[in-house]
Amino acid sequence: MAVNRANLEVEKGEIVAVIGPNGAGKTTLFNLITGILKPDEGRVFFKGEDITGLSPHNVCRKGISRSFQVVNVFERLSVFENVRIAVLSKNRMCWNFITPSAKLLGDETERILSSVGLADKKDSACSDLSHGDRKVLEIAVALGASPEFLILDEPTAGMAPEETDRCIELIRNLSDTLGLTILFCEHDMGLVFSISDRIMVMARGSTLVQGTCEEVRRNQAVQDAYLGGDDYDVS
Amino acid sequence: MRKGTSTRNIGIGIAVVAVFFLLPAFLPRFYVYLISLMLVYGLLATSLNIVLGYGGVFQFHHCVFYGVGAYATALFLTKTGVPFILSFLAGAVAAAVLSFLMGIITVRLSKLYFGMLQISLGSLVWAIVYRWYSFTGGDDGIHGIPVPEIISSYNGSYYFTLAVTLICLFLIYKIIKSPFGSALQGIRDNPVRSGMIGINVKRHLLVALVIAGFFGGVAGSLFVVVDKTVFPDMLFWTLSLEVFIMCLIGGWFSFFGPMVGAAIVIALRTFVSGYTVYWALVYGIVMVFVIFFLPNGILGFLEQRAKPADEKKLIEKG
Repeated sequence: MAVNRANLEVEKGEIVAVIGPNGAGKTTLFNLITGILKPDEGRVFFKGEDITGLSPHNVCRKGISRSFQVVNVFERLSVFENVRIAVLSKNRMCWNFITPSAKLLGDETERILSSVGLADKKDSACSDLSHGDRKVLEIAVALGASPEFLILDEPTAGMAPEETDRCIELIRNLSDTLGLTILFCEHDMGLVFSISDRIMVMARGSTLVQGTCEEVRRNQAVQDAYLGGDDYDVS
Repeated sequence: MRKGTSTRNIGIGIAVVAVFFLLPAFLPRFYVYLISLMLVYGLLATSLNIVLGYGGVFQFHHCVFYGVGAYATALFLTKTGVPFILSFLAGAVAAAVLSFLMGIITVRLSKLYFGMLQISLGSLVWAIVYRWYSFTGGDDGIHGIPVPEIISSYNGSYYFTLAVTLICLFLIYKIIKSPFGSALQGIRDNPVRSGMIGINVKRHLLVALVIAGFFGGVAGSLFVVVDKTVFPDMLFWTLSLEVFIMCLIGGWFSFFGPMVGAAIVIALRTFVSGYTVYWALVYGIVMVFVIFFLPNGILGFLEQRAKPADEKKLIEKG
């Protein structure tokens, strides 16, 4: 059992981080929220509505969108087409058999691409992008669904330091300008403590604690289980 | 730049259609018949490619819809007094309905498992057609199917086939370029992600399967017009394999790839089998070469080569 007795609460407009050692069940938790996995027990609520067990496309239509840890985009399509599919889907146009896609929603797609800084690469094949750009495209596709609640699974994994800075900037921006509620998991503790409003710590599938950065930093159980380890520098 | 290439493409299109239109004036009957067959198989392969190349679905037994379309049209023409045009449409509708029924079951599985289940269900349909003598004529099939005079001659059936194929290709092209087609290509590349951006993947694929079955059925009905016969081999799985190979040889990521593949396979089958009974050997060697050297098929390879040339021209123009 990858996730057992996990509790997570996210308030509107917050940036919440989930941290925990590898195998703690962070991604599984995200899969449970977004309907990729169905929980045996426990419930998932979004804006007061029980969304437990809904299929991923229905979860998405409720306003939840996510990015993946391993880049998970549409490999044979261009950067622009990647984001446009999400925008088309959001606008419920996927059952249109007549109008050429090329004539639809170009402006909205363009706007999303420039908000993440990929506008100048919109015609590239996504296999030609650098790893950092691919991770950003990963987020852009998630944004295409215009979510209220955005889940990012290790957004900076494998990024070079300057790319990481750009990514932090991007996440802050999404929260400030679009007012998105963001839930993310991350191994970069500097990033976690610098942008999160609150943090949830997981270990072996369960919630150790959820609280503000300060509360988490001072928590003895967290110190022992995770932060106290040599791998991470909290300062 | 885009405008330039699109007017050029339209120009090429008109020229190609004009050549096809004039061919019967120059070619002997046999070749006109052969080109009719190429168009029929080309349409069949293109209909498969809706779900194969654009949907990423391993539809291993697509010919079931071709065969059922042909049989439906043939049975309506021989056993009822229904006007030709309705009998013709009945083929496509019957194929679409069958595709829907099979799709409900198969769409739950993915990739190879989908393909295996599809072969099993399709073979079941073949067995029914093969065994039901009183209705389908069993392995004798149905011969001498009455087709209206105006399209029953070699040239008449050729022009009818050409017109119907062009209309179908146009419709398929529109569907591929529509948001439905974009979402379908998204599902091909990444079904999990497609679900996560709000696309109902299974329902989308089911509709794509029905569309592919429909156009496969049209190809079957066209075969009735060209050949005036139907036989159970039309829905035997080996023919499905051949159509699958047409898509691969021509290029399953190119819109006209399956048409090109169909023309090549039909030509090989016709001309090489005149020299040797081992024509399948030649066919196999061609297949090996294509897989090794042109993984995107012949048209896919040509398109890749054409692209840098376009860019070069742009640079020269400055």
